[in-house]
Amino acid sequence: MDTRPIKVLVAKPGLDGHDRGAKVVAHALKEAGMEVIYTGLHRTVDQIIRIAIQEDVDVIGLSIMSGAHIPITERLMKKAREEGIDDKMVVVGGVIPGRDIPKLRELGARGVFPGGTPFSEITSFINENVKKS
Amino acid sequence: MGVAKYTKDEKDRITDVTLQSGIHVKACYGPADLESVGFSYEKDLAEPGQYPFTRGIHAEGFRSRAWTTRQYTGFGTPEESNERFKLMISHGQTGLNVAFDLPTQMGYDSDDPMAEGEVGRVGMAIDSLRDFEIAFKGINLEKIGSGLTINAVASIMLAMYQAVAEKYGFDPKKISATPQNDILKEMIGRGSWIFPVEPAVNLIGDTIEYSMNVLPRTNPVSICGYHIRESGATPAQEIGYAILIANAYIDNVLKRGYDVDDFVGRFSFNLNVFGNIWEQVAKFRAARKLWARNLKEKYGVKKDSNMYLRGLFGGGGYGLTKAQPENNIMRGAYYALSAALAGAQTIALCSYDEAYTIPTPHSAIISLRTLQLLMDEIGLRDTVDPLAGSYFIETITKEMEAKIEEEMGKIEKVGGIVQAVATGYVQRLVSQQAYEYEKGLQSGELKKVGLNIYTEGEPMEVELHEYTGESAEKQIEALKQLRRERNDREVTRTLKELETATRAGKNVMPCLVEACKAYATVGEMARVFRDVFGEFEEPGLF
Repeated sequence: MDTRPIKVLVAKPGLDGHDRGAKVVAHALKEAGMEVIYTGLHRTVDQIIRIAIQEDVDVIGLSIMSGAHIPITERLMKKAREEGIDDKMVVVGGVIPGRDIPKLRELGARGVFPGGTPFSEITSFINENVKKS
Repeated sequence: MGVAKYTKDEKDRITDVTLQSGIHVKACYGPADLESVGFSYEKDLAEPGQYPFTRGIHAEGFRSRAWTTRQYTGFGTPEESNERFKLMISHGQTGLNVAFDLPTQMGYDSDDPMAEGEVGRVGMAIDSLRDFEIAFKGINLEKIGSGLTINAVASIMLAMYQAVAEKYGFDPKKISATPQNDILKEMIGRGSWIFPVEPAVNLIGDTIEYSMNVLPRTNPVSICGYHIRESGATPAQEIGYAILIANAYIDNVLKRGYDVDDFVGRFSFNLNVFGNIWEQVAKFRAARKLWARNLKEKYGVKKDSNMYLRGLFGGGGYGLTKAQPENNIMRGAYYALSAALAGAQTIALCSYDEAYTIPTPHSAIISLRTLQLLMDEIGLRDTVDPLAGSYFIETITKEMEAKIEEEMGKIEKVGGIVQAVATGYVQRLVSQQAYEYEKGLQSGELKKVGLNIYTEGEPMEVELHEYTGESAEKQIEALKQLRRERNDREVTRTLKELETATRAGKNVMPCLVEACKAYATVGEMARVFRDVFGEFEEPGLF
């Protein structure tokens, strides 16, 4: 039986520096027994994909507060496909209006967690849906 | 019951209230409480307008001057922002509070690959003086002051503001800009930092030194407890860290051989209103007193007016909820009431739809009306410091003062604020607190209307400010045109001079003004700094 903890990359793509949410979720995932890597701010999509490969994470969590969640997710999914890591679970959180959720799912985000989503919902979603590499 | 912790007995009677800063509130206060905290009228209060300014910095408070209303505004192209600025002014707004998009805040031009998807999104896109000429067209810059919400490249934007004012024939000695220009708080929260701590603080020193001589009505730095609080700090930490950060900037300028009385009077603060109303009022009153005392006792400031804590007290965005968004209008009103009861000079409110996106004109005007209503309709201008002398308020103001000093002491113990930010000590502490707070909300220990109590009702559809790529395309096209039309030789020359001055450790402001006037872009000027200074390396989270 695989007892290795789920490894999650909490990533802040783009220029937005509001990281309260990302850090809070990072704490919550860690407390739920996951291994958490936080990218820090202002990461490009390429940098995030590179870290995801190097660290061999199971989940990439994007935290986006600027409103640019659709173009950023689109770029990240494209890059993930190019690098052959599109089997990794991508989830998106931040200031996400409800009307954008279907679009984000269509782009390939497995879970979308707008601000205020209970931690338990995020952690159980990851636990139930992750496919460990 | 929000941000305070309440203990109740089986009959729902409150047995204890603990404010976020750790102060316990009793059921009733009287003269004995004032005695127990050592309250003295002369020492702790004095008259309004007198040291230590607990009761406010003006003898007659809002009677002599109403607070300035300054809603945070700006998006899309400079044309669109100009239109919104004028709309807000036509509705009686008395100052501007300019929002820049993320590429501008981070020193990238609109056509930089780093800017993709972000141009004009959360604020207006500014690439060069040409954009400022459009953004401020038709606005009397000698009458309307402008807050410029920008930090890492505040020096560039201040230089550009001077350049645009001169271009339109205004006297630099009469214009009043308030660039935010507080990089240490960006490193704690908000995250729009570029350069490492030392050169970044030095750039702030440059703007203060330069303003002293050239832009005397400008407030070159606005220390933002606001964002520190938004990142998870308690009210006591918010004030304590803000004072320590201000001191770090003072120290930088003192090293240049100036007298503190020459410049510190132009410092201003941007503080947060979110939370328990009494704790907020006590916080602002204690903050004024501690800032004045810090300046008098630590720095030997002589002139009374240089010891004023002047500030924008802004309704905190973190207090707003996505659930039942109309409730945010009421929250804003109570935050503004707290700020007014505490004697704010300037107030801004987050608009009710900001948990979704940037405000529509409709919601921005509701916020403005909220502020106007408090001032003109319900009597907040009637008398100065109306809560003074309350056994409760004076007791917790004293207690808050002690808590703030305690928080400052903790930072001094780990080597001071610059060190505590560079190593990530403060960041880790506030993010841990933010996590605890969030857990409290999710468990229901902390109450939030519409979020974890009284959640009944249909979800409301919010009209959203639309972002289309069109503004970005227009902006990039305008930038390309600028690059074709400007005098390249002049751009190269002024940028070279900027680089030389930067490498030599000279004050960069005169060179920035010249480069702005030559239509060098924000990205080009920031590139010079990036090459010379390098970039800040963020300390780890865990």
